[in-house]
Amino acid sequence: MSEFAVELKDLRVEFRAPGKRIEAVNGVDLQLRQGEVVALIGESGSGKSVTLRTVMRLHPERNTRITGTLAVNGKNVLGMNPRTLADLRGKEVAMIFQEPLLALDPVYTVGAQIIEAIRRHEGVSQADARARALALFEKVRIPSPERRLTAYPHEMSGGMRQRAMIALALACNPKVLLADEPTTALDATVQIQILLLLRELQRDLGLSVIFVTHDIGAAVEVADRIAVMYAGRIVEEGTARDLILAPRHPYTIALLKSRAHGAMTRGTRLETIGGSPPDLSALPPGCAFAARCTLATDACRAAQPPAVEVSPGHHARCIRTDAAAAIAPMMVT
Amino acid sequence: MNDMTTPTTAVDPRDVGGPRQPLMRVQALKKHFPLKRSSLGFGPKSAVRAVDGVSFEIRKGETLGVVGESGCGKSTTARLLMQLIVQDSGELVFDGATVGARELPLRDFRRQTQMVFQDSYSSLNPRMTIEDSVAFGPTVHGVSSRDALNRAHDLLARVGLEPARFAGRYPHELSGGQRQRVNIARALALEPRLVILDEAVSALDKSVEAQVLNLLEDLKRDFGLTYLFISHDLHVVRYMSDRVLVMYLGQVVEVGTATQVFDAPRHPYTRALLRSMPSGDPMQRTTEAPLSGDPPNPIDPPSGCRFHTRCAFAQAVCSQTQPDFIETAAGHGAACLRWQPGSGYMPPPDFPDLAETAAEVAHV
Repeated sequence: MSEFAVELKDLRVEFRAPGKRIEAVNGVDLQLRQGEVVALIGESGSGKSVTLRTVMRLHPERNTRITGTLAVNGKNVLGMNPRTLADLRGKEVAMIFQEPLLALDPVYTVGAQIIEAIRRHEGVSQADARARALALFEKVRIPSPERRLTAYPHEMSGGMRQRAMIALALACNPKVLLADEPTTALDATVQIQILLLLRELQRDLGLSVIFVTHDIGAAVEVADRIAVMYAGRIVEEGTARDLILAPRHPYTIALLKSRAHGAMTRGTRLETIGGSPPDLSALPPGCAFAARCTLATDACRAAQPPAVEVSPGHHARCIRTDAAAAIAPMMVT
Repeated sequence: MNDMTTPTTAVDPRDVGGPRQPLMRVQALKKHFPLKRSSLGFGPKSAVRAVDGVSFEIRKGETLGVVGESGCGKSTTARLLMQLIVQDSGELVFDGATVGARELPLRDFRRQTQMVFQDSYSSLNPRMTIEDSVAFGPTVHGVSSRDALNRAHDLLARVGLEPARFAGRYPHELSGGQRQRVNIARALALEPRLVILDEAVSALDKSVEAQVLNLLEDLKRDFGLTYLFISHDLHVVRYMSDRVLVMYLGQVVEVGTATQVFDAPRHPYTRALLRSMPSGDPMQRTTEAPLSGDPPNPIDPPSGCRFHTRCAFAQAVCSQTQPDFIETAAGHGAACLRWQPGSGYMPPPDFPDLAETAAEVAHV
């Protein structure tokens, strides 16, 4: 087996709309080792979900242009034909989405959908597939699993639907799990249950996971490494610990500062990031964050900053990491 | 007309009862949404008991935060307060006057209370330019359209949208954060005293959220506003609120100052809610979910204390007796049998006490 569960090299994704081109992902390098959990965090439009969906090639072929290298367990996904792609999806890579009510088919019972997935990939009997589905429901700890298999998605509560979708994703024992904001629509009390379930399943089944979220708190709960995206690029990447305790990219620092301990004290003003995210159809030649960055110089605006290794395994795409270190938030731990 | 943009630090001439009288007093508010009978027509008629006997007050000039899981009745309470839906029973008293009575007809009340919703796009008319949207309310209330437009421009400038660039745009031409600024400007166009913010920043990205929160604080100070701030994000509620109200299944379970509720929660539910927030510290990951399962169905809420089915400290008595709301300290109260004298509840030795809890939730 390949060393990397997912390997992206200089991945670029471009959407074409009448009259414009949207550069959603602009050269992403990401290596997900076997059994590792990487969180991709960023704000809306940062390209985190586009990157994730590209791994399974879920974007419409007609108006999407993907270049670069994309390999799953050493297999070149960009070169796959529809048939091999269908074999890959669900069997080797599975995805869970933010809104299970939209991701599940409303006119079939949840059990039927899991059984269908199992039988598509493995030639087992209806009864065997059903027994597997039941075992999956027990594994994700859905109460009274026997009865829930015959339930329609709308008959379940939000937390239970998310568990059912996780069961569906794991139906064919994939080795790679892609999670696209799986806890964003849930209450905090249910969110933590789902995060703990994902962490436990990941450990028990040895899954490699890419976890996309805009919530740093959720990322810290599950991830070994965190990659921060901005304007379609990974601007900083490192272990969860390094990234939270010693961030070196001004964007990461600004994100953390708005949330850090003591930053949100009644009566004090919140530190904000001025301006708004860049227009993906007209990206600047230099660092995309320069327009909002307090440390930006002319050199930042002139050319794309290279990735700098600030400590082993911790990279930041910034030419002013030394200056950034000085403004990094102090964590009280 | 332009006094909208100048700070009003003097006493509001509309203030009737003085600073000690609550701006809004909510008494035993109840709203049940009836469900259709089963197709055969048998069985009792059931209802979603969205708000089931809620009482609280909003003091003048404060920000009252409201927290709770989805389905706890936060948004229904907000809509009842705005009288967008009418309660089954209960009373709203706005600065001493009963809402809807002859002394305070709905039309006058609505001018003084405005609301900002979560979805910035669906709460704006897509066919109206944003200046028209902001000017619409005052026009309805009898301001000439010319004056209303001038005021709309002042307000747009005040919320950070330069009128020359933005006034003529349509909602779809703005970003989410900009649209929410328009909604805030529109809410302020009628010079309200109470603004209800129902998850108003929840759909925004974190960096934009911080900008809007700062703006809300500035506006509150400059216009002498009172906020009811509803959010599921406890960090944001703590930052914004003077006092906090915790709801569970249509009832109020705890009220207190932000410090009291966050640092020394008196209701096991509040405590579990606070502990469900990720710590954000990779060295202190959560190992056990503070609450299991989803909130129960508000159609058929549990008997006795509604939280007893998920409560780690529940005893037999909790399923039989509905707890009263007990004041445990000045301005701090909870609806838990633990604090009710003679309830028959025997506090176990591990029942979270003030000191212990404060230390445990310090990371929140």
